[in-house]
Amino acid sequence: MPKLIKFSLVAIWLFVSLAAHGATDTRIFRIAMTPAFLNDQHALLADWRAYLEVRLSRPVEFVQRDRYRDTMDLLQQQKVEFAWICDYPYVVLKKDVRLLAVALNEGKPTYRSYLIVPARDTQTHSVQDLRGGVFAYADPYSNTGYLVPRFEIKRSGADPATFFKRTFFTWSHRKVIDAVAAGLAQGAAVDSYVWDTLNKVRPDITAKTRIAWKSEDYGFPPLVAHKNVPEADFLRMQRVLMDMKNDREGRALLERLKLDGFIAGSPRLYDGVAEMMKLFSEP
Amino acid sequence: MRIFDLSLRFKLPLWGGALIVATALALSASFAVQTWDNLKQDLLKNAEDVGLTMARSLFPVMLHDEMWQAFEIVSLPFAANPESAFAESLIVIDSTRKVYVSSRPEAHPVLSPLVTLGREFNALDRELTLAPDAAIFVRDADAADRIFVAVPIASDGVRLGTLIVAYNKSLLWQRFSRLSNSAVWITLLVLGVLLPINAYWGRRMMEPMRLVTERISHIGSGELQALDPSIYPYRDEIGLLFIAYEKMLSELREKGEFEKEMVKSERMAAVGRLTASIAHEINNPLGGMLNAISTLKRHGSPDPVTQKTISLLQRGLAQIRETVAALLVEAKVKSRPLGASDLEDVRILVAPTAHKLGAELLWSVALPGALALPSTLVRQVLINLSLNAIAAAGRGGQVSVRALAGENQLVLVVENNGKSLLPEQLTRLFEPFTSFSEHGHGLGLWICYRIVTQLGGSIRAESNEELTRFTVLIPLEAINDANTTQNLPD
Repeated sequence: MPKLIKFSLVAIWLFVSLAAHGATDTRIFRIAMTPAFLNDQHALLADWRAYLEVRLSRPVEFVQRDRYRDTMDLLQQQKVEFAWICDYPYVVLKKDVRLLAVALNEGKPTYRSYLIVPARDTQTHSVQDLRGGVFAYADPYSNTGYLVPRFEIKRSGADPATFFKRTFFTWSHRKVIDAVAAGLAQGAAVDSYVWDTLNKVRPDITAKTRIAWKSEDYGFPPLVAHKNVPEADFLRMQRVLMDMKNDREGRALLERLKLDGFIAGSPRLYDGVAEMMKLFSEP
Repeated sequence: MRIFDLSLRFKLPLWGGALIVATALALSASFAVQTWDNLKQDLLKNAEDVGLTMARSLFPVMLHDEMWQAFEIVSLPFAANPESAFAESLIVIDSTRKVYVSSRPEAHPVLSPLVTLGREFNALDRELTLAPDAAIFVRDADAADRIFVAVPIASDGVRLGTLIVAYNKSLLWQRFSRLSNSAVWITLLVLGVLLPINAYWGRRMMEPMRLVTERISHIGSGELQALDPSIYPYRDEIGLLFIAYEKMLSELREKGEFEKEMVKSERMAAVGRLTASIAHEINNPLGGMLNAISTLKRHGSPDPVTQKTISLLQRGLAQIRETVAALLVEAKVKSRPLGASDLEDVRILVAPTAHKLGAELLWSVALPGALALPSTLVRQVLINLSLNAIAAAGRGGQVSVRALAGENQLVLVVENNGKSLLPEQLTRLFEPFTSFSEHGHGLGLWICYRIVTQLGGSIRAESNEELTRFTVLIPLEAINDANTTQNLPD
């Protein structure tokens, strides 16, 4: 290829890409947030949003819903482009979404389910000890807050539907901790990341609870994008998230989120959830 | 001593104080009762308001079996400040009378039957009806520690459960004692101000009464103490009592004076009668003896010794007659009317004596003309008084004689600044033969007294450190009566 043509092509490509880059894109990135983390830290969310807007050169909007099901609906109806959801909904929605990023919790892209009981209960060491009690679940689409304890009960040969005298949903991991701290529930299953974070922010609340049992590791609640999100947007968002640990502001935000950063992650992280789902004959 | 015998100075403040304390107690008690009632009404009203509001929002929550949301609703009043919460706990029970959720989940565990929560809940359970259209049920038993307000959680004839608002009476009591504490302090403050005022006022009111009482109780023993009217210058009953006391005192004094005068004049009259009868008894034989001596001198031819003796007898008897005559002063003596010259004669008569004794004589006489009074007698009185005064004034002394004729009386005033008369001298001054000097026979003032009283007048002597004064008052028109009705023994 003559040198001139080669040069011209490069110049055109540069020009086009620069022009595309220079024009401010006004389409909003809508990111659904779930109570998979401490979603009542509104100031933190506002700062994070400002950070993302600068890095993406695009308006960003966080859409908060309490129930995982609502967030899943938002994704399926494409009312949001991205969402930070629990691992269980991710497995449920696997056909509609792509894995965008996974947060690093204490250096690993994993978390666990904690079985917590009131601090004065020193006898309970597994969910089996709570038979006939009052138990709090976070959300029926939560892995660590619903699926794990039920799986444990089922594995012991009991029927999760009748194992407890009374169960209820608080629709948030944070409130699950409250329910146990207040003595309303004799036990609850909670996202380890939420409990650990709360333990740093409000140790007075977590002091009223005791971790009676810890599950194995599961893939950390992933950030997902609807599969219809353009590849460029997908990559751009992924890049910004993964670069957060590389600048000062991003590190400050991560520090407040009690996370170590974001990685691209692998869907294989969530195979464990899929195993459990099979046991409950979910899809 | 009985309490009712206490002095009014103490009784009045005590009664006043008792009334003030009783009023304060009554007011405090009514305040306390009212406050307690109000607090309780407030509490029940608050319970019903809270209950109704919550029951409405609890209905859909229970319908969807959102237990956590129900917990969030019932713990809302306690979230901000557990201390300020009115209620002790909010409990939702379901239609089977089991705890659905409670604001105190540890005390009232989920799904525990209401009857297992304690004696009072047991009683509530028995009384509570769960009819869909039941009204708010209030259980406020006297013996119970808690007040319960049960609000149905119902809608459209369907009752899902009941919201029980439980109040601990100790909270009510705490609030009540906070309020009544301040009331008690205010009451004590008011009492602290009122009681001393009352005590001061009572004593002040009773002090004049006490003085009057003390003075009156001393009257019996003859002490007549005056009351200073400036102690109580007001015209209320106590002021009037002061005035009445003063009036009584002056009347008592007058009466005392009058009685003294009476005694004195009676004594004088008795002395008069006595001297008169003695004088008469002496006069009759005396006249005979003098006649006999006169006859003996004229017709007898006595030897010189007898002659000398007879003269001696005659002089002696003459002196007796003079004395007796002096005792028998007669007002009936006919005399010409009194003129200014008569009094001037007196001045001429006494002036040499004054000069001799070195006393100053101030003479001030103003008579408009002749007065219908016997000149001889008046002259006699004035001479006696003036000579007495000159003698009393002594060297360097001063004697003032004043005569003044008023419309219906003649006033004679004789003063001297000599030695004053003693009180006991003053009382017996006019009695015969009471002489206070070495000279004189003590009949001068007696004569004055006799003359003045026979003329219907009065003679008075007063004496203090500076001045001794004799005042003679002789009525002008009474002279005729005095002449005609003179019934003194003579």
